[in-house]
Amino acid sequence: MATYDGLFDALGLRAWCDQGADSGPMSMADLLAKTKGDKAAEISAWDLPFPSLDALHKACSAIPQSRDLTQGLETGFLGIRDALRVVIDPLSQPLSWMLQDMLWLMTQTPWWIVMPVLFAITWFVTRSWKIVGFIAVMLGLLAFVDHYHEAMQTLAIIFVCAFVCVLLGVPIGIAMSRNDKLQRFVIPILDMLQTLPPFVYLIPLIFLFSVTEPKLYGIAIILYAIVPVVRLTDLGIRLVDKDVIEAADAFGMTNRQKLFGVQIPLALPNIMAGVNQTIMMSLAMVVIASLVSAPGLGVLVLRGIRNLELGVGLVAGFGIVVLAIALDRVTKASLARIDASQASR
Amino acid sequence: MTHTSNTAMAEPRDESLPWADEDAKRPVKVSIRHLYKIFGDDPKAALEKVREGMGKPELLEAENHVLGLSDINVDIRDGEITVIMGLSGSGKSTLIRHLNRLIEPTAGEILFNGDDILNWNEGQLRELRRKNMSMVFQKFALLPHRTVTENAAMALHTRGFARSEYEEEATRWLDRVGLGGYGEQYPHQLSGGMQQRVGIARALASNSEIMLMDEAFSALDPLIRTDMQDLLLELQAELHKTVVFITHDLDEALKLADHLVILKDGAVVQQGEPQHILLNPNDPYIEDFVADINRARVLRVRSVMTRGKPSGEDFAGDVDQNENLESVIARAEGAMDKRYRVTRDGKPVGTLDMKAIMKALVPRKVEG
Ligand SMILES: Nc1ncnc2c1ncn2[C@@H]1O[C@H](COP(=O)(O)OP(=O)(O)O)[C@@H](O)[C@H]1O
Ligand SMILES: [Mg+2]
Repeated sequence: MATYDGLFDALGLRAWCDQGADSGPMSMADLLAKTKGDKAAEISAWDLPFPSLDALHKACSAIPQSRDLTQGLETGFLGIRDALRVVIDPLSQPLSWMLQDMLWLMTQTPWWIVMPVLFAITWFVTRSWKIVGFIAVMLGLLAFVDHYHEAMQTLAIIFVCAFVCVLLGVPIGIAMSRNDKLQRFVIPILDMLQTLPPFVYLIPLIFLFSVTEPKLYGIAIILYAIVPVVRLTDLGIRLVDKDVIEAADAFGMTNRQKLFGVQIPLALPNIMAGVNQTIMMSLAMVVIASLVSAPGLGVLVLRGIRNLELGVGLVAGFGIVVLAIALDRVTKASLARIDASQASR
Repeated sequence: MTHTSNTAMAEPRDESLPWADEDAKRPVKVSIRHLYKIFGDDPKAALEKVREGMGKPELLEAENHVLGLSDINVDIRDGEITVIMGLSGSGKSTLIRHLNRLIEPTAGEILFNGDDILNWNEGQLRELRRKNMSMVFQKFALLPHRTVTENAAMALHTRGFARSEYEEEATRWLDRVGLGGYGEQYPHQLSGGMQQRVGIARALASNSEIMLMDEAFSALDPLIRTDMQDLLLELQAELHKTVVFITHDLDEALKLADHLVILKDGAVVQQGEPQHILLNPNDPYIEDFVADINRARVLRVRSVMTRGKPSGEDFAGDVDQNENLESVIARAEGAMDKRYRVTRDGKPVGTLDMKAIMKALVPRKVEG
């Protein structure tokens, strides 16, 4: 006897319930319960189980068990998987190539070329020798403790993913800023991407792509990191002084002239703040993505956790902190440079 | 002729030109006909109510629509400064933005050189804004990321000229408004008054015949404001633009206006020659406006004199028709019984009694 037998009897559903009785395989728990005998009738109100699928199934076998639900989802997902892949695979293939090429480029080029190039980029975006010196010390430190290769892998992934985020995110943000309907539609999606723990959307991605494909972690990182650049582009353009926009209209600017000559330049501080956050979130995600075969420092952290190799994990963790500080400094400095040229607002 | 700052008040400029005669009107440049603007979800339905006579407060109460403008008819004449005055919220900004169609009207016509711009397409409208009408804004609205020169050349740049082509023109106008040498600075490095000079240079550099100025000087300190008013009059004496100037300040209006339009709750309560409005206000609203004005300084001899060939011999002297009353009173040393002969360009055109001056100094009340 199960707890909710009485309920189905009272509702006159007994016949319906027993139709498909004993058709499903028994779970271990059911078997255990069977062997304990029919003590269920003596259950006190204190132990009343929640009328969950499993509890109701005991009383009425026509009601599915929870594991049928998960299984159904799985088969359903596998069913549409091939169709999805036909669409998503070619779309995301360039991402795989970009990641592979960038990884190859940054790890195979000798360090005495890569490091000066990185310093040059730093100089170009910050125009500050202090920051360049800081980056030189940080990278030198990492290379000195033999984490150069992993650090370059991590950086390569971040560069590619942040680049794709900006490439997609800025136009999406611009479109949102010009269309209230689109904004109302996109904001809940951004909210969802931002609130979902990254582990959760790794799951469908693993089903969709094979773990050996770089685009698997590429997509995971981009989904996670694209949110701030979209949001802040939208916000930045909406916050552009209405009076200045009116002046642009009054002097006969076309929409194009207004967008590229006024709105984007004036929204640039906000857009760059978004890029900064996007880069930082890419870094956070690239560590988690080592679970799905993303190479780099995250792999070492993971090894530290799995094998309890405390030293390996700590040094790799320190390397990530160093990269985080370096990336943050560089993007913040370039942001400050943009802000300084527009100090009036 | 040029003006000195303390006597330059409300008078037709370019007296040397053929149409300087007070009675000869200049050609109409822009004509606003039966213009209505109603803000809200269903302006057409609300328009019917307004045409049936519903006022601004009732419309807001009953229909939840804002009456922006109601049956506006104004002629803006070539080469004149038309000043639109009214309290804040009276619809001044709304009205001026109709002239270049930054705001779409609910009903009415806006004739530019006789052509209704409401029928124009986007391309024509853009040409109008680029070539025929420029605008100066209360909060300057300069592009903060462009230099002063680039800002001044905004209209030319928008029209597709390269820097090498527009630089000379922009620099010339910056020099003209007194900003020579500031070309490479950014707007935020300049004071408010200087920023508005850039705004004026920007409007002038577009070489448009019409300049729309929405409370262009309202954000400036009083002294700088006077400077800017003088600058505008000086430029106007030289360039003869068609200027539409908005202000909530009667002193400014009287100083600048050739034609004064007074707005209240979206409707024109009175328009005409400023001196005439000052002497014959037709509404208590305008009386309130003119009550605190120094009338002796604002009113001109020509507004209070008796026209016609002077007769008799007992004149205390000659006064020019464009002198203000203050200077005549000073000359008469307060005596009430003197009579003056009024001249224009040295020729007698009328007589002025000191009694007429005294009468004009007391505001006239509207009956009822
Ligand atoms: N976009 C709008 N929506 C609703 N009401 C508006 C809008 N713009 C202006 N108004 C209303 O129209 C009236 C006139 O405004 P405005 O032209 O800005 O006045 P002013 O420039 O004389 O201070 C005000 O009552 C204002 O609230
Ligand atoms: Mg206004």
